[in-house]
Amino acid sequence: MNAVNASGWRPSMGETGEAGEKFVTSSGDYGLMLEEALSFELGSSEKCGVDLDTPARPAAAGLSKFLRKAAPALPGLTEPETVRHYTRLSRQNYAIDLGPFPLGSCTMKHNPRLNEKMARLPGFADVHPLQPQKSVEGALEVIEQLADWLITLTGMASVAMSPKAGAHGELCGLLCIRAALDARGEKRDVVLVPESAHGTNPATAAFAGFKVQSIPATPEGRVDLDALKAKLGPNVAGVMITNPNTCGLFEPEMKAIGDAVHAAGGYVYCDGANFNAIVGKVRPGDLGVDAMHINLHKTFSTPHGGGGPGAGPVVLSEALAPFAPLPFVTRSADGTVHLVEEENAGEGHAQAFGRMVAFHGQMGMFTRALTYILSHGADGLRQVAEDAVLNANYVLRSCEDLLPAPFAKSGPCMHEALFSDAGLAEGFSTLDIAKGLIDEGFHPMTVYFPLVVKGAMLVEPTETESKAGLDRFIGSLRSLAQRAKDGDQSLHSAPHFAPRRRLDETLAARKPVLVWQGHLGEPGTPSLSEFGGS
Amino acid sequence: MRYLPLTPADRAEMLGVIGAASVDDLFVDVPAEARLSGPIAGLPAHASEMAVERHMSALAAKNLSAGLVPFFLGAGAYRHHVPASVDHLIQRGEFLTAYTPYQPEIAQGTLQVLFEFQTQVARLFGTDIANASMYDGSTACWEAILMAARVTRKGRAVLSGGLHPHYAEVVRTLAKFTEDDIVSLKAELVAEADDAAVIAAIDDKTSCVVVQYPDILGRIPDLAAIAEAAHAKGALLVAVVTEPVALGMIEAPGELGADIVVGEGQSLGVGLQFGGPYLGLFGCREKFVRQMPGRLCGQTVDAEGKRGFVLTLSTREQHIRREKATSNICTNSGLCALAFSIHLTLLGGEGLSRLAAVNHDRTQALVERITKVPGVKLLNDAYFNEVTLVLPRDAREVVRELADRKVLGGVSLGRLFPQAGELHNGLLVTATETVTDEDIETFARELEGVLA
Repeated sequence: MNAVNASGWRPSMGETGEAGEKFVTSSGDYGLMLEEALSFELGSSEKCGVDLDTPARPAAAGLSKFLRKAAPALPGLTEPETVRHYTRLSRQNYAIDLGPFPLGSCTMKHNPRLNEKMARLPGFADVHPLQPQKSVEGALEVIEQLADWLITLTGMASVAMSPKAGAHGELCGLLCIRAALDARGEKRDVVLVPESAHGTNPATAAFAGFKVQSIPATPEGRVDLDALKAKLGPNVAGVMITNPNTCGLFEPEMKAIGDAVHAAGGYVYCDGANFNAIVGKVRPGDLGVDAMHINLHKTFSTPHGGGGPGAGPVVLSEALAPFAPLPFVTRSADGTVHLVEEENAGEGHAQAFGRMVAFHGQMGMFTRALTYILSHGADGLRQVAEDAVLNANYVLRSCEDLLPAPFAKSGPCMHEALFSDAGLAEGFSTLDIAKGLIDEGFHPMTVYFPLVVKGAMLVEPTETESKAGLDRFIGSLRSLAQRAKDGDQSLHSAPHFAPRRRLDETLAARKPVLVWQGHLGEPGTPSLSEFGGS
Repeated sequence: MRYLPLTPADRAEMLGVIGAASVDDLFVDVPAEARLSGPIAGLPAHASEMAVERHMSALAAKNLSAGLVPFFLGAGAYRHHVPASVDHLIQRGEFLTAYTPYQPEIAQGTLQVLFEFQTQVARLFGTDIANASMYDGSTACWEAILMAARVTRKGRAVLSGGLHPHYAEVVRTLAKFTEDDIVSLKAELVAEADDAAVIAAIDDKTSCVVVQYPDILGRIPDLAAIAEAAHAKGALLVAVVTEPVALGMIEAPGELGADIVVGEGQSLGVGLQFGGPYLGLFGCREKFVRQMPGRLCGQTVDAEGKRGFVLTLSTREQHIRREKATSNICTNSGLCALAFSIHLTLLGGEGLSRLAAVNHDRTQALVERITKVPGVKLLNDAYFNEVTLVLPRDAREVVRELADRKVLGGVSLGRLFPQAGELHNGLLVTATETVTDEDIETFARELEGVLA
């Protein structure tokens, strides 16, 4: 235990869950380790942190039969109480601002604060989506400039900007394929998806009305081209390939895959979640891709915000471009930028498949992404990909002697290093390593994904980690691997130093408690006190 | 480059550990003919913070921001005052730069916020439960229709003509591909919502009716009557709320019999942002929980018996169920949900009701003054903070001319319903707490000028 307890936290205080006298404070807090009740337990319906005017008029007569009988039972807090509630809660979160967040496939990189500042300029933040176009030309130019960068960086013909996140972009791309097939008068209802794909790929294909057929991976962690070719036929609408793939490898046969799919009359969708590895190094348009979403919240560093918002623009080939959904922004020959909506689509974009969202997409993400792109420039983006790949290979080669890396012999990885939990002591698995990393002060890597590797650990360091930071992480990972090989039982109860110990997920699912039940201002059921909190 | 910590010496040392001669050796799997040999030609190189700020500020300055002029736009995106503490708190790095809470032991901050958010939404909507957010109101609306089909095992949805036309278009677009049957009623310039037409359109094959509350023209449908008619035919009522502040004043849809309530949460905490990111709200009856789309946060205990929160019931979701998932949604609107939740916590229940009353008061003041402008008539019998005005000519031109006079004077129905010529004299106007008497006076004077 001493090896991990370098923080000075005394196990005798009870935080390790081991034998020893349990030290209990009166408040339930322990120094800077702060507990926080629910807002519903703290607030009351009458309390308010906003000074509001007194309305001069009673409700209009027409409204009387619709009025609610009582104010909603929602807790209010004054401003100081509100600031403290959320600040205390924030301290129970790990974040990229605190340290590495090597979640494979998620690209948790530094979020530059200039991007936040630019998105908050009133000219962007305080503009209504339905203002007359002449009053929002700068906003439309942001969309157009970002679109231009995305098209150039990917070598594609066009981009649909409105999808709200990666999975929504996948849907957009598949609907473009559906629309293109409809225009050809063909009904093809199968989409091929590798078994290593993100869960969103098959879910999206089903959501778009396709049947999903799985393609196996080769022992080297790549799409099995022969198996794919065997499945192609007149019923196949297309294939969804992730490149670089979820095993952290580039698909060298991408062009051959595209040629085969095209020859069979299908289209190639590329999941662009891993674009960070190749931005500025290779253009998907040169590899036969017809549609690819770009997660602006990954490659272009718009903040993940604890689960969104994201943004998922979809770049499109010449074949699919005419079907992009409304609205979109174009630049006319005279240099002016304008919005194409239902009203004027007939003039130049009559084949649009429809609309995916109200309004124009994730503008707040567009301003951040454009700021990020302009800051990096073409040279900086290329360096991003190179450093991201360099960092991942450094982690791979620094740990592969202790943790099996199933595809390490396939050659260099891209921006993710993939390990497996084979070879740990009996009863030890990926979960123990992951929870151990929490005690080491790191966010765990992506675990148990991709599904094609037993006990997968997918490490994506990203380019914004320094070598010194990587060395610390590698030191921790090696230490944990060694402990798991040695059968160190304390790993099973990790984390010991987090705001919570392992949580009972089975209980949560078996008896779902999804909303707080109780009276405002009182402890809820089950109460905090029953659980030993404040 | 200020965001890239590796030094040339670091890179050389790391390549040594890897056993590669150059970074290019790490890209050997990329076919040589596709590999780019240098930065893509024609694109600018990296730029300083100062230079980028100059570029972006120049673009921002080309827009007329809402705070600079009298402003009366709504139609699914509302300008409310967001307290300064909201934006401060959502910019705390622990919230801003965290991921989806997959490791609950070190994500209790985000998870507790989601649990509070779900409870707030459920109470606001009058539903048993709510999820951890969707992309926006329009996509939440489509997901509600899909869910109603799963629950009822029927596939015919009736859309009220009072549903936001963008929402209806999203539904029609997606239904085209999933081959769901959508009956889309037409919007009409009449004083009351189309309750009777909605009720008449319900048959035994109907999975749900979708009714916006208040509707796109600011009218208020009688949800209780529609719910009763729907339930009598085994259909669900999906209520759509695009202005949650209204629920501080008018009855919660769940209390009136709505089975699923979805909405756009942008009004609270999020801001206009030219249309996104926004916040999809999704609440429903507890018995439908296993058919819900999106993430759910649930309460549990940790190994020491302390209360804690986790993402739960994920067997509905794409990362577990793949093609059998209830939805393909993954990343949602976490940070917008946080902003919404903080703003609503600052308000509290009575504060929200007071804010709603102020909104209604401002709109009454607008109606009183604007209907004195010659040729301008009020359409609505009932309204909250948004009404439809009927003008003597196409409101699209009027809106553009008002903008030239530095008044952002509402949303023309021609912009929203380009194909429905009979609506084109309609102008949708909203007055929130941000509208002053002077704003109203300026608007009325300039409208007089434009219509003269």
